[in-house]
Amino acid sequence: MSATGIGAAVRRKEDQRFITGKGHYTDDVSRPGQTFAYFVRSPHAHAKLHSIDVKAAAAMPGILAVLTGQDLAGDKIGNLICGWMIHSKDGSPMKMAPHPALAATKVCYVGDPVAVVIAETLAQAKDAAEKIAVDYEVLSAVTDPAKAKSAAQIHDVAPKNTIYEWHLGDSKATDAALAAAKHITRIDLTNNRLVPNAMEPRAALAEYDSGTDSLTLWNTSQNPHVARLVISAFVGMAPEHKLRVIAPDVGGGFGSKIFIYPEEVVCLWAARRVGRPVKWTSDRSEAFLADAHGRDHVTHAEMAFDGDGKITALKVKTIANLGGYMSTFSSSVPTYLYATLLSGQYAIPNIYCEVDAVYTNTVPVDAYRGAGRPEATFVVERLVEVGARELGLDPAELRKRNFIKSFPHQTPVIMAYDAGDYLASLKKAMELADVKGFGRRKRDAARHGKLRGLGYSTYIEACGIAPSQAVGSLGAGVGLWESAEVRVNPTGSVEVLTGCHQHGQGHETTFAQLVSERLGISIDQVSIVHGDTDKVQFGMGTYGSRSGAVGMSAIVKALDKVEAKAKKIAAHVMEAAEGDIEFRDGKFTVAGTDKSMAFGEVALAAYVGHKFPTQEIEPGLKEGAFYDPTNFTFPAGCHICEIEIDQETGETEVVSWTAVDDFGTLINPMIVEGQVHGGIAQGVGQAMIEQTVYDKDGQLLSGSYMDYAMPRAHNFPAFKVDTTETKCPSNPLGIKGCGEAGAIAAPAAVMNAITDALGTEKIEMPATSMAVWRALQTMNRNQVAAE
Amino acid sequence: MLPVSMTVNGKAVTATVDPRTLLVQYLRDNLRLTGTHVGCDTSQCGACVVHVDGAARKSCTMFAWQAEGAKVTTIEGVANGEKLHPMQEAFREHHGLQCGYCTPGMIMSAIDMVNRKGNDLDDNTIRHELEGNLCRCTGYHNIVKAISAGARAMKG
Ligand code: FES
Ligand code: FES
Repeated sequence: MSATGIGAAVRRKEDQRFITGKGHYTDDVSRPGQTFAYFVRSPHAHAKLHSIDVKAAAAMPGILAVLTGQDLAGDKIGNLICGWMIHSKDGSPMKMAPHPALAATKVCYVGDPVAVVIAETLAQAKDAAEKIAVDYEVLSAVTDPAKAKSAAQIHDVAPKNTIYEWHLGDSKATDAALAAAKHITRIDLTNNRLVPNAMEPRAALAEYDSGTDSLTLWNTSQNPHVARLVISAFVGMAPEHKLRVIAPDVGGGFGSKIFIYPEEVVCLWAARRVGRPVKWTSDRSEAFLADAHGRDHVTHAEMAFDGDGKITALKVKTIANLGGYMSTFSSSVPTYLYATLLSGQYAIPNIYCEVDAVYTNTVPVDAYRGAGRPEATFVVERLVEVGARELGLDPAELRKRNFIKSFPHQTPVIMAYDAGDYLASLKKAMELADVKGFGRRKRDAARHGKLRGLGYSTYIEACGIAPSQAVGSLGAGVGLWESAEVRVNPTGSVEVLTGCHQHGQGHETTFAQLVSERLGISIDQVSIVHGDTDKVQFGMGTYGSRSGAVGMSAIVKALDKVEAKAKKIAAHVMEAAEGDIEFRDGKFTVAGTDKSMAFGEVALAAYVGHKFPTQEIEPGLKEGAFYDPTNFTFPAGCHICEIEIDQETGETEVVSWTAVDDFGTLINPMIVEGQVHGGIAQGVGQAMIEQTVYDKDGQLLSGSYMDYAMPRAHNFPAFKVDTTETKCPSNPLGIKGCGEAGAIAAPAAVMNAITDALGTEKIEMPATSMAVWRALQTMNRNQVAAE
Repeated sequence: MLPVSMTVNGKAVTATVDPRTLLVQYLRDNLRLTGTHVGCDTSQCGACVVHVDGAARKSCTMFAWQAEGAKVTTIEGVANGEKLHPMQEAFREHHGLQCGYCTPGMIMSAIDMVNRKGNDLDDNTIRHELEGNLCRCTGYHNIVKAISAGARAMKG
């Protein structure tokens, strides 16, 4: 291992600009003559839109344009789309309703944009927006997914507000196994709706160049090339080669910045109409109404056990809320990212899952850190824990009995797990968490009036998204490969162009570590270029813990080609046979001689071209590659949470957290640990405090940081984080991915700990101190009644 | 419109602004000091923390004119030339940042925390003092480590 190579906890290269205030986020970009956009949003959850009177607004000072959905339609700007086709059980395609960037005939959620004001200053735009009169006919609204089917129909294309009724697995075999079971554990769960809340609000800045008839968009995107493709091919804004999308530094995404949103479409369109750059920056309250939310499932599930505590079947019925319109990848989240992981770490012979996706009058719902996999883990890990309690078995023991122990393992729900050692991570986590000493800690806590509980979550996820062939057969509209280009400069420094996008993951460091390892040069000699469609060849962006497993594998392929060509060049310059050239530690050597050339010398030779026949070898040293994975990767591990509850007040505190994860090869353990920490915090936030509340009319009650609880530093203890390692066999580096694990594992661990402490299963996420206190009161009342 | 003058990162600056202009807007839009960020509109995230006359202030909660005559320091002004402030170094050394969006506010709050509470800060104190700063990326673990180490380094 070189000092800056694979496995080294190298300090991050990108940090210099962030710690000195020199980061370059979208809102930091300003263009000469730029104007400001302000969106007028529906105050109603469900209404017909009869007319919009913009005259008074347009006459206000500083106003350049006031545009509505009618104008958008008049200019033939197309609708936003959902890019993953799901078919219902009966074979019918999902019911995708039209989603214009500005609503023209009806609004479907509070926050649905109906008009935009473009002005010289933001204050002028806001003032003018107040003068816009919109004539709404309010309709009855529904926000609860469980009630959507019987509510007023939102879209003409979707009777009963049903988008699809999908299923996976063998229904008959699963029912038969349930009928033959020794014991069945049943559970009803709500996977609470979350607001992603990346700290940088979304923003878009669009500029039109009439000289070249081309558009440039700076935006807060996790996948600028995909944004360009959708805005070009589907929305029809401009041909792809006339649209440049730049996603500079992005302040966190967690999924919410994958999607193609109305605001960026409108800014591009408006910039062309007014002939000046148009900038929009969301404020936080607007973000609550405008950024796709996450989760929001209602589930009933049953797990069957035989007499030995072996799981024989799992049956799951889920209603998934997709909100007012179908967001970019929304359809895939509660289906192929969810039901395919319901086998967890266990050998379960029979699984059947039904998912009904519904429209409601709420903000669209799409992928949020983990996307479907946290929901699956929550179902499986809650069932296993409750099952153990009902069977009177130790929850770790029940897990051990059911772990998959040999690989590859084909589950009944599509996935073929390739490698893992679930016992190893469980054992290591139990030691680190001192599970043996838990009884003593529980007694100590009791002496102080506290209930102490311990909860496990042995999770699995499918990452490295994704093999194109597999996802194509499941309905994806795109392939999910990744690209890389390695450019060696004449002086031996290197630029790597990647289709991945970093928004906190540290690619500028980890990708450089790979190059350092392979070429024997320092990471300071390497730059990572990403996030600009004019610079980088096509790429699919960053989400689904894919950048290591897929993005770096593409870099490996390109580096292989660079090395092969460099060897040719070295052979010519040193007058040796190509087969005799060895490359190690940044040096090309002629085997068995003391003749050698440093990497930089070969790079220079490649460009000056003096010493080799350019008829046989082209000058230059630059190679590109596209890498398409052959399988998903399967990170897995064990998280153990201990909590304490104050019996008087219900105050609930996470007092200890242990995580042992198997991510395969670690490129930079420091960065990996950071990813785990952040994921845990989001998962604990979901389990304990984060709650999105709509009232019955569809008003978002938790619409700011005053009402939506965000995790803060004092909500957590220090985390104990460690790893085990089985290499991923399907990619050249053996990487599995680490970005989502914490958020996937954590909710079940927390809820298993809280229910363990309370001695009741009757509590839902978020288990706030108030909810815990209520559960305690109910138990006390029931106890008194029983006595 | 209103004239304002103050000292920002050691330089005297004067401008005429709309009285509604927040200090953070003045810093970002007029002075192009974009290291100070805006993460919310309810004064709860701390992405906008700067020092006004030596004390941490959320620059989204005051108007530019309220800083009339004040000495303002932003993240761009804490390093000593090329030499980083020990708290900046500590954030890098302990991986106290991921996307970097909360970082300027975190560093400014952390320096203020040390100024108020001294160089030996236990984790519990740091966690409670961070009440006004949100980070969605790091789970705070490494921010706490960074502040603890940065506080000690500021002694020297
Ligand atoms: S922007 Fe000032 S506290 Fe959030
Ligand atoms: S590092 Fe991203 S919000 Fe803190």
